[in-house]
Amino acid sequence: MLEFNNVSKWFNGAQGKVTALKEVSFSVRPGELLAIRGPSGCGKTTLLLTAGGLLRPSDGQISLNGQDPYTLSPEMRSRLRARNIGFVFQQFHLIPYLTVRQNIMTASLAIPQKEASEKAQQLISRFGLEDRADHVPARLSTGERQRTALARALLNEPKVILADEPTGNLDEDNAQTVFGYLSEYVSDGGCVLLVTHDTRAAAHATRSLQMSRGQLVE
Amino acid sequence: MTIWNLLIREILHRKLNFALAVLSVMMASGSLIGSITLLRIHDIHTVKLLEQKHAELEQRMARLKDDTRKAMLKLGFNVVILPKDQNLSDWYANDYASKYMPEEYVHKLANSGIVTVRHFLPSLQQKIEWPEYKRKIILVGARGEVPNMHKNPVKPMVQPVKKGTINLGYELHRSLGMKVGDTVELMGRKFTVHDCHKERGNKDDITAWIYLAEAQELLDKPAQINAILALECLCVGEEGLPIIRKEIANILPGTQVIERGSQVIARAEARTKVEEQARIAIEKEKIAREDLRTARERLASILMPVVVTACAVWIAVLGFTNVRARREEIGILRAIGVRSRHVMLMFVSRHVFLGILGGTIGFVAGLLAAVYFSAAREGTQIQMTDMDLSWAGLILASVGGATVLAVIAGWIPTIVAARQDPADVLRDDN
Repeated sequence: MLEFNNVSKWFNGAQGKVTALKEVSFSVRPGELLAIRGPSGCGKTTLLLTAGGLLRPSDGQISLNGQDPYTLSPEMRSRLRARNIGFVFQQFHLIPYLTVRQNIMTASLAIPQKEASEKAQQLISRFGLEDRADHVPARLSTGERQRTALARALLNEPKVILADEPTGNLDEDNAQTVFGYLSEYVSDGGCVLLVTHDTRAAAHATRSLQMSRGQLVE
Repeated sequence: MTIWNLLIREILHRKLNFALAVLSVMMASGSLIGSITLLRIHDIHTVKLLEQKHAELEQRMARLKDDTRKAMLKLGFNVVILPKDQNLSDWYANDYASKYMPEEYVHKLANSGIVTVRHFLPSLQQKIEWPEYKRKIILVGARGEVPNMHKNPVKPMVQPVKKGTINLGYELHRSLGMKVGDTVELMGRKFTVHDCHKERGNKDDITAWIYLAEAQELLDKPAQINAILALECLCVGEEGLPIIRKEIANILPGTQVIERGSQVIARAEARTKVEEQARIAIEKEKIAREDLRTARERLASILMPVVVTACAVWIAVLGFTNVRARREEIGILRAIGVRSRHVMLMFVSRHVFLGILGGTIGFVAGLLAAVYFSAAREGTQIQMTDMDLSWAGLILASVGGATVLAVIAGWIPTIVAARQDPADVLRDDN
């Protein structure tokens, strides 16, 4: 589903060339939750954004559902992302003036669908947000915000979920809940690439990789 | 969920930013419409003002003419009847006639049934050397009024000089030291001074009046006169003189009629003068209004670009503020697959919307402000229906222009938003 082949990424900054990813290769298959663990600044987020078609690698190839997103036009890449990827971030990135329901439905902006409203309602029920459906993010707990973000990621029924520290701001119970939902998604045939420094993730992952200074360590 | 839902909710969420942007567009649009409307009201007011002043002038002139006509009816005016062969240049130069006509003319006139003249005063005048005092005087022989037989008797306007008496002009009695009651000798005949006139500042001051028959004897002009003064001629306005002339010519073919000391002419001249002054005043008013309009137009032409530019800059600043506030939102929308052109559409639509709203409010506000300002400042009472403005064109200029302004001003922020790299936002936040 998602495959990295010797992918490298470096940035040219004021202090010279900074390597964020160095010849990274791995693949994630359907039904797999791959956890990539590592300390802050090791390149995890860069890896995730590169996987999501948002950050062009400096070298190497990426295959997403059999396609290299970076060979596509920006428009086509956006479409590929909308159809195949769901994002979950540590900071949730919910739109502050939209309710839970509306935030979930923002995913339908990229792929308009008639049944978006029904799907959103199903996700609200599934994630236990019925009472909060018409609340804006400012009135939600962090756990509810992350569940909303997760529901938004699932609205378009993506093939891959890219999760960046999804439990970084959550307490134990909420973290377990999120992991539970991700595991559920994987068992339904989806695949998850999870980058985290949370050691608890290993317990839920089907496979774990360690990352250090932009390189993967088995 | 659609882009439009998102747009409306975002506007409702960031009301202040949107309201300030609308206010800015409204200012630009309102200034434009206000300026155009003010100038139009100025034009209409100028036309009305000048029309009103013209009407007032016409009314005033009509009133003046009517007053003159009435005054002439009451007062009449004086004419002098002279022998037909009298050279008028000589008459004007000497102020008395050198030709003569029979005294009988005055009776003929009085008995003719003439209706336009009320009093007749025959006279014989001649400049002579007063032999007893060796000085030039004007000797006037007058016999008093001959009443118009056709008219009811009226109080005579001029008292006759009695036989054997003399009336002396100011210069004569002053220089000769004479007073009423004194006896003076004129051409060998004695007269009692009956009246010493006050100073008049004209030839009357060197004139001596005696009874007509005595003057005829002294000047050797028996039954001759050289002028008939016709007093209180009754006629209608300045058109009366030709009527009198025609009537007298029919009765006395051997005479000519001259208007004397014409009040009609004086009044007509005064009226012409008043009219001329009024027209000059109107012309000055017109020029002043035109100057005011030019000044207002110039001010608007300077102020408008400044206002529009300031508003455009303000809209752009607000646009950048909005993009900055929505950085995270744009990042996540792009990450979940919303295309950059949709992000662009969202921002352009926002500016189109604020342009339409600001333009519409600005149109109404500008119009009302101009009408109110004109009414308060200049006391104009112009109705909307009076202004034959191209409303469709104005609305288009206001709303369309405001929309274009808002989109152009917001274009750079929009491009910045559409080109925002989601990776930058998402990486920064982790």
